[in-house]
Amino acid sequence: MDVEVNGEERRFPEGTTLAGLLEQLGTARRGVAVAVNGTVVTRSEWQNVVLIDGAKVDILTAVQGG
Amino acid sequence: MTSDDPLVIGGQKLDSRLIIGTGGASNLAVLERALVESGTELTTVAMRRADLEGGSGVLDLLRRLGISLLPNTAGCRSAAEAVLTARLAREALETDWIKLEVHADDRTLLPEPFETMDAAEQLVADGFTVLAYTNDDPVLALRLEEAGCAAVMPLGAPIGTGLGIRNPHNIELITSRASVPIVLDAGIGTASDAALAMELGCDAVLLSTAVTRAEDPERMAAAMRNAVDGGRLARLAGRIPQRFWAQASSPPR
Repeated sequence: MDVEVNGEERRFPEGTTLAGLLEQLGTARRGVAVAVNGTVVTRSEWQNVVLIDGAKVDILTAVQGG
Repeated sequence: MTSDDPLVIGGQKLDSRLIIGTGGASNLAVLERALVESGTELTTVAMRRADLEGGSGVLDLLRRLGISLLPNTAGCRSAAEAVLTARLAREALETDWIKLEVHADDRTLLPEPFETMDAAEQLVADGFTVLAYTNDDPVLALRLEEAGCAAVMPLGAPIGTGLGIRNPHNIELITSRASVPIVLDAGIGTASDAALAMELGCDAVLLSTAVTRAEDPERMAAAMRNAVDGGRLARLAGRIPQRFWAQASSPPR
């Protein structure tokens, strides 16, 4: 299935969870937040969210600014 | 040094009245020296899409320096965007502090008052400690305080302009009737601007560009620290009234 991660199409096996996706991408565990289709998913829920084809995942972190 | 009450925002005590923004620094080493020299205890960061590999250098730096994080909603154009960004920041950074800023357009970066107000109400209801960036409008400042903002942050001039405090009387109107901390945010160009903000009764100053894009950021950070301290002392000391005619300071013959 195809999932859009930070605006880029990527392919993952069917049934991949959000936690699985982050692990495959090697995303840092600390200091990031994730939204799926525009809704924040809390850290404790990452393992319970199963992604579907066409899902839009945004992974955000803090950068210099303000 | 004479005694002064510490600044308290949202129940947290801050010994430094200088809040630094981390934007604009040419690299992290320069930023680190400037932050240390400024004595700041609270700095802003922005939320952006993560590089998929590697962590966030600025977060590691701020944690190492023991400086608290104030995530902002810079770049947001609507209340809905700002609320989502705030929730993402809370999740990522484990803080319920948010610098709320909703910009009206890219040329002025002025705060959009209606969206800011709407977002402030939603975020306060959701348990955030909201520090709201706003125009130098005394009426709006009071409304934001009534909405439950922990601090109200009027601009001196548009972000990044370095034009100083364009309407000192408005800032003084805001500070004179506020019961939450007032932080002068945006427009500071040099040390005298920061000192003036404090003399006008602001409780703190938030600045970034003035330091990070100065020729010598570390030295400008020191200048700002001293300016904020000097301005605060002058405010507490009580300045003399301004007079039209001279008044001799030596005894008459």
